[in-house]
Amino acid sequence: MKKYVPFRMNKPPVSFLLDKKTAVITITLLILTMISLVVSTGLGSMKIHPLEVIKVLVGSGAEQYTVVVQSFRLPRNVIAILVGAALAVAGAILQGVFRNPLASPDIIGITGGASVAAIIFITQFEKASIHLLPVAAFLGAATVAVLIYILAWKRGVTPLRLVLIGVGMDFAMHGLTTLFLVISHIHLTSKAKIWLTGTLYGTTWNNVSIMLLWMLVLIPLTFVFGRNVNVQQLGDEIATGVGSELQRHRVILLTISVALAGSAIAFGGNIAFVGLLAPHIARKLVGSAFGGLLPVSALIGALMVMLADLVARTAFAPMDVPVGIFTSAIGAPFFIYLLYKNQNR
Amino acid sequence: MTQLLHSTSLKIFGILICVVLLVCSVFSSIVFGVMDTSWKEAVEAYASFNGTNEHIVIKEVRVPRALIAAAVGASLGIAGALLQALTKNPLADLSIFGINSGASFFIVIAASFFSVNSLSGFAWVAFAGAAVSGVFVYFLGSIGRDGMSPVKLTLAGAAMTALFSSLTHGLLTANERTLEEVLFWLSGSVAGRKLEMLAGVFPYMMTAWILALIIAGPINTFMLGEDVAKGLGQRTLLVKITTGITIILLSGSAVAVAGPIGFIGLIIPHIARFLVGIDTRWIVTYSALLGAVLLLVSDIGARFIAMPKEMPISVMTALIGAPFFVYVARKGLARS
Repeated sequence: MKKYVPFRMNKPPVSFLLDKKTAVITITLLILTMISLVVSTGLGSMKIHPLEVIKVLVGSGAEQYTVVVQSFRLPRNVIAILVGAALAVAGAILQGVFRNPLASPDIIGITGGASVAAIIFITQFEKASIHLLPVAAFLGAATVAVLIYILAWKRGVTPLRLVLIGVGMDFAMHGLTTLFLVISHIHLTSKAKIWLTGTLYGTTWNNVSIMLLWMLVLIPLTFVFGRNVNVQQLGDEIATGVGSELQRHRVILLTISVALAGSAIAFGGNIAFVGLLAPHIARKLVGSAFGGLLPVSALIGALMVMLADLVARTAFAPMDVPVGIFTSAIGAPFFIYLLYKNQNR
Repeated sequence: MTQLLHSTSLKIFGILICVVLLVCSVFSSIVFGVMDTSWKEAVEAYASFNGTNEHIVIKEVRVPRALIAAAVGASLGIAGALLQALTKNPLADLSIFGINSGASFFIVIAASFFSVNSLSGFAWVAFAGAAVSGVFVYFLGSIGRDGMSPVKLTLAGAAMTALFSSLTHGLLTANERTLEEVLFWLSGSVAGRKLEMLAGVFPYMMTAWILALIIAGPINTFMLGEDVAKGLGQRTLLVKITTGITIILLSGSAVAVAGPIGFIGLIIPHIARFLVGIDTRWIVTYSALLGAVLLLVSDIGARFIAMPKEMPISVMTALIGAPFFVYVARKGLARS
């Protein structure tokens, strides 16, 4: 049995090798995500049988379930999927571009930049429409990313310098976050704290549609430029040698990654470690070729955030614990394991 | 290695200047603030106390604050110098290695679950937290065959910081009462601390300062490389453990009194190296003095920037320190 299935098309000119194993894993994960979506939507203070959930989804559900599912549970779960996928893909790109298994948006300061912008927005523009919060978060992430890139530039950008400068920027962002928390009024501070830990509470379809729009633009771009990561991983010299426009592609990939992370942070708050974890699990499953890695990372990220959010909203009911705590609790031991493993290599 | 002060007599002269600077900053810290006082009143508060507001402020607020800033600054400076020597990492600092955030996390746990709410209670919890996270990060950095590298250690610290601060935020969200109690402590400050808190940890600080001066010589040998040091008959493990204990004593007591203050330990050793070169004995001495001066000056700055509101001092140091970190990262990696 052949491992790869070639796929060719003349108009438009597209061709790629489809890895059978990757395809099987992707489809399995897709089904798993769908099942989790239905089951998770049914769980909560009002228990709904999965079959009833499906009935609601196809439009013939019972009246009393329809409201709960359609206006509360479903948008929250869908945004969990989107946020998880965005964070995971952003992490996968960063790890690929930086050639560093420990890179992720929350470690190199991009999340920190979004946080600062959001804190400023929450505490200083009390009267502004909350719908502008995502824009603020995104602008913060982008500003920090540009700064990191400029500061790391020294006749080109090396992965090592990018990561270190990123960590440095993260410190500055922490300083600014603390500054705005302390100088603001206490009730705004606790509001900002909730956001800082990452929560999906109170998601509406309006949020979902904006996030979905972002994803529909960004994900295809990721696939187009993602294949360049394969070349970059061979090292700067080889990549340049085989004709890759290294610095240009690096900028494009980083921009996509920031856009993804920025939108995820905007709608989900500061959800830590997903961008680090999901790509690693994906690599274990399908190897590091980017074509297969991206969809698998996205699905794993989606599953992670959705399940973490399920625990966050049900385990300590009626309290809605921020989802970020649960992703951190899983993420940190894993990070330590990674560190240990890389030291032995 | 370029250095500014070449001969021993120049270095001793430099120390004298540092001491003068230190005395000046201590006095400025006592005199300047929201309530302006004068040098004369500061002396009178002790010579002929008459119970006026100025005298009370000086005795109860300003003097403890200045002394705590000086002691904490010196400890942070030395801790940074030792940490950078031990890990051969120019980017080492207590906040970068997650020690500060570990201590903060312990404080919040103590406040949320064990109803600890006195400042002296916080002091002991912070001490334990700094020790635990310090040992933990050191252990993480030491496992594996190829040992530590600046990037790995920095990333490990960053990740631990991310974890601790996420858990800290989580606990604070769940319990708003705790938020108000610990938020100011968490942001790092030398304001509002009592002299007794310093007295509680001062024996440990002193012990650590003396230990630092004693092991500075062996560290010089150690810096030649572990194999060379072993070849010269040094028990490198002993040196490493002693240095580690010293760092934990310093960071534990500093965090206990003043909360998480970063970047003093990053910046100061670089300035010290620029002045006196690579001899650890001189670096430790200069780091202590300059660390105290920098923290005092930052604290005075923190009072004036958002007057009449006080800025947390850690914000001052982070905003000065983070660009410095970026500068070192750019410069340091160009060489290697």
